[in-house]
Amino acid sequence: MNEFEALAQAVIKGDIKTAVAETQRALDGGSEAKSILDKGLIAAMDEVGDRYSKGLIFVPQMLRSAKTMQECMKLLQPLFQEGDVTSKGKVLIGTVKGDLHDIGKNLVGMMMGGAGFDITDLGVDIPPEKFVQKIQELEPDIVCMSALLSTTMPSMSRTIEAMQKAGVRDKVKVMIGGAPVTEKYAREIKADSYASDAGSAVSKAKELLGAL
Amino acid sequence: MIIIGEKLNTSRKSIEEAVNKRDAAFIAKVARDQAEAGAHYIDVNAGTFMDEEVDYLCWLVETVQGEVDLPLCLDSPNPKALSEAIKKHKGEPMINSISLEEDRFHSLLPIITSQPCHVVALCMGQTSMPTTIEERVEVGSELIKKLTKEGIPLEKIYVDPLVLPVSVDTSMGVAALGAIHKIMNDFPGVNTICGLSNISFGLPERRLINRNFLALCIAYNLSAVILDPLDKQLMSTLLTLEMLLGRDEYCGNFIDAYQSGRIVGN
Repeated sequence: MNEFEALAQAVIKGDIKTAVAETQRALDGGSEAKSILDKGLIAAMDEVGDRYSKGLIFVPQMLRSAKTMQECMKLLQPLFQEGDVTSKGKVLIGTVKGDLHDIGKNLVGMMMGGAGFDITDLGVDIPPEKFVQKIQELEPDIVCMSALLSTTMPSMSRTIEAMQKAGVRDKVKVMIGGAPVTEKYAREIKADSYASDAGSAVSKAKELLGAL
Repeated sequence: MIIIGEKLNTSRKSIEEAVNKRDAAFIAKVARDQAEAGAHYIDVNAGTFMDEEVDYLCWLVETVQGEVDLPLCLDSPNPKALSEAIKKHKGEPMINSISLEEDRFHSLLPIITSQPCHVVALCMGQTSMPTTIEERVEVGSELIKKLTKEGIPLEKIYVDPLVLPVSVDTSMGVAALGAIHKIMNDFPGVNTICGLSNISFGLPERRLINRNFLALCIAYNLSAVILDPLDKQLMSTLLTLEMLLGRDEYCGNFIDAYQSGRIVGN
């Protein structure tokens, strides 16, 4: 974490004021926006996700860190040029058809955004055809599906089937999660990955893209 | 306070194993223990079995009612599981739950009107989850109106305000409490119900948080609660609060609990 150590620590602590000041200081000192993002903000959020997965920090702390990163991004965003590769990969995320729960999905989306993925959040109650349509339109690397009810879990399987029929299943990696969802279920419906929480969703996503 | 014992839920590892093995003795004991600790209803949930949920839920109903003489809370969003389980049930069960979500409402309606039962009305909107007190009250009121119109008496309706984690939004405790208070005021005779564990998701010391949330719910007039009646600290809090709010004549329940060793002081 080197030259951006103070920035990273401020993001981990969720200290918006210090983090924004550190970001400005780095810019004033001639650092590139891209390296501030990668080595400062994203490195910090990786640490936050890791600590959360290990139970060392809790949801409000994670939210606070993400908010801090967003505030710093406001300074960096205008400096990125068209064509700059700032994204670790494109992710489509949504809660499946019949299910209105969004807390888990939002936490996953937020942490993946913090890790440098480019997130498109479709929202809740998303039917299979909508997932398919958005895959065709946006060509994401990873599709994340969430369900909180055992009765809506089959929507995940139906969405994967719809992706197969439309011929887009092989073009993306599929990750699933949600309270009743298990590793075993992910294997049964031939998803590529299962994540148990927002922190591990990030590491699983990185694994998946390594395998792409 | 009406207590629904929550332990027979297959999302608990030991329960899932017992249900999977059809270990009737184990299930019967968990039911018996909860009944002795003061449960008025025993919740049964076999949601983790998915395709086999119908069979397992029916088996749970027969096994539990073979052991304790109590009504059950049939806990599933699955209309098929509920319609089969209700047929096996003796007496009036509590159905958990119906909501305003279109499919869920219409598929559950024939089940809850097929025989006398109590019904949990979850404040889940048609297309989204309510966030404020007002949105919860709006969904709850709508559900009460629809259900009473179908002939379900007000006193058999239990409105669940939808408890969401304070870790994600610190106004969620107040949102649920405010909705409980308003619904109890606006519809005299109706019940309100909730579980306690959602409130503490994402935070440490969850039992402490759940226990204090229960105390607040009681103060805001919650009339039924889904909890673990074997949690002595939680039950001690409940009994103490009921007594302090003048709902325990001659402090009888509190003293009984103390004399049978169910109160923990510190």
